[in-house]
Amino acid sequence: MSPTLFTLGVNHHTTPIELREKLALTADKMNAFCERLSHLAGLREYAVLNTCNRVEFYGLATTAETVEQLQHEFCAFQGFSGAEFAAIRQHALNREAIQHLLEVSSGLNSQMLGETEILGQVKEAYAAAQTRHSVGPVLNRVFQKTFQYAKHVRTTTAITEGQISVANVAVDLATKIFGALAGAQILLLGAGEIGDKTAKAFQSRGARSLTVASRRLERAQELASTLNAAALPFEQWPAHLADFDIVVCSTAAPETVVTGNTIRNAIKKRPARPLFFIDLAMPRDVEPTAAEVENVFLYNLDDLAKIADENLAARTAEVKRAREILTEKANTLWEQIAAKFSPPSEPASLTRDVPLDRCINK
Amino acid sequence: MSSIPDRTWLWFAATFYLAGFVLGTVALLRERRHSRTWMYIFIWAGFVFQTCGLALRGKAVHGCPISNLFELFQFTAWSATSLYLVIGPTFRLSLLGYFNACLSATLTFVSLLVPVWDSIHRARTPGSSPWIEFHAALALFSYGVFGLLALTSIMYLLQVFSLKRQHLRGFFSFLPSIVDLDHINLRLLTAGAVLMTAALSVGYVHWVHDRDSVPAIKILVTGSIWAAYAVALILRLRGILLTKRLAWTCIVLFVAALFSLGIIESSRKTPTAVQTAASHE
Repeated sequence: MSPTLFTLGVNHHTTPIELREKLALTADKMNAFCERLSHLAGLREYAVLNTCNRVEFYGLATTAETVEQLQHEFCAFQGFSGAEFAAIRQHALNREAIQHLLEVSSGLNSQMLGETEILGQVKEAYAAAQTRHSVGPVLNRVFQKTFQYAKHVRTTTAITEGQISVANVAVDLATKIFGALAGAQILLLGAGEIGDKTAKAFQSRGARSLTVASRRLERAQELASTLNAAALPFEQWPAHLADFDIVVCSTAAPETVVTGNTIRNAIKKRPARPLFFIDLAMPRDVEPTAAEVENVFLYNLDDLAKIADENLAARTAEVKRAREILTEKANTLWEQIAAKFSPPSEPASLTRDVPLDRCINK
Repeated sequence: MSSIPDRTWLWFAATFYLAGFVLGTVALLRERRHSRTWMYIFIWAGFVFQTCGLALRGKAVHGCPISNLFELFQFTAWSATSLYLVIGPTFRLSLLGYFNACLSATLTFVSLLVPVWDSIHRARTPGSSPWIEFHAALALFSYGVFGLLALTSIMYLLQVFSLKRQHLRGFFSFLPSIVDLDHINLRLLTAGAVLMTAALSVGYVHWVHDRDSVPAIKILVTGSIWAAYAVALILRLRGILLTKRLAWTCIVLFVAALFSLGIIESSRKTPTAVQTAASHE
């Protein structure tokens, strides 16, 4: 019999986080399981995509039974019920398997639509498979073409344009004001979770100089140590405000923390350089009239959420176009592979077992 | 090359600048970033054709082709474009190519579409100093720098408007950052002021030897433009003229500089028709 291209696994679309946690492969488990797979008869090629949202196997199997055997081995290895896995699994064959990989790599299948991190994870999965020598001519071609097509979709559609999380929207706005963030001085007012997330988003985009000020100095020091930042006693921040470019406010104070006058005094000391306030607190920390001050830019939580929503809507509007492009690419690639490697038509047992609309994630 | 009239070369140049402007406009209307490669190709092509046209002009008038209002506008557009081609890749300011194509297309088309601007040519005094040519070319080149400064100032104001009013999508999403624009504005203002100072210094040396050769209105208008830019630069360096006020000042001053070209040209004492390739058309 000729081999069959397949994908089999679970992801966030049908599998809740509690089950994904049970099925996730740690580095040690991954090595151990791949060792088992290397002895699985009929499995010619395979790669494993293991992220926080999915565990998916991509492979070339001699028969449909080989795929079932892989599923059995995986459930046994993880101590997971085969019946339960069958209820949540997602798998697809041949052209649909290629289409699935293309959509995953392009971010169409991601929890955060259009995110780009997934392509790097797919590349890592492929690199690991190459290191294990578990990929051959078919998967090599499929993965290499996938990277090319995913990039094509990103550049020809707006699927990845605009940030869709509040923290990343704030960072994007900061780059519109300051350009490169490496030299920007950032002050976190408040040491809560949202401030922490925003600080990390800034660091991921090159920001190096962070200072944390909180009413509880020990909390400020604690967060500062995790962020590799400096801590500032809360009562001192107004005196140092002019030294900062970006101020992320997320205190739990019931009243305004940053007044318009404080901002006016600070901007007088640095009139040529803008001052950007990101007010993530509820109730708001920054007096709204600050937005009227020349060279001061103020965005609150609602403003950022609105931008994120608009960006998400714009990405969603592009999904249909992106999927059409990928369908065309999947067809072409499948025809090439089918012609070159002559795999058979889809095994009856698998196609009957899994309706097509379940094969590809919506 | 010489078989083609200079105005034909300049029409080609204007068409390529316009093509760059159309390319950028279409991309922006579709909310896409325009192709940087194609923009460069169009602007380079326009620049090459304009250089050919102006070279023919220069050959005909035996000097720098700045002998009437038509040539002054053409030379200003050429200066701004040559500067963009030098600094564009260095600063990588998105949309600057688009704005430059817009400015150059406007200046070249307007000058080509007003025949009266090209009907009279100032005669050159036989044996006149090459320093005068240098002075005039340098002064016009500084106008090109100020033209580019006006464009980056417009971009600055648009970016501030975008961020203050939270209009961030479409056209606005392609604008460079405020800080980057502020830096380039300061550099262009400095460069333009230095070039114009040098140009006027050369002109001054000539003028003290022959005070009748320069109309008083020219001295007054040119000196005012130079003083205004010099004051703007000093106020910027001292932290007094900043942000939007500086940007508006640079735009208003460039418009005034363009108008000053007309005033200077009309103050010429003895306009004389000179045979150029243009008359062959």
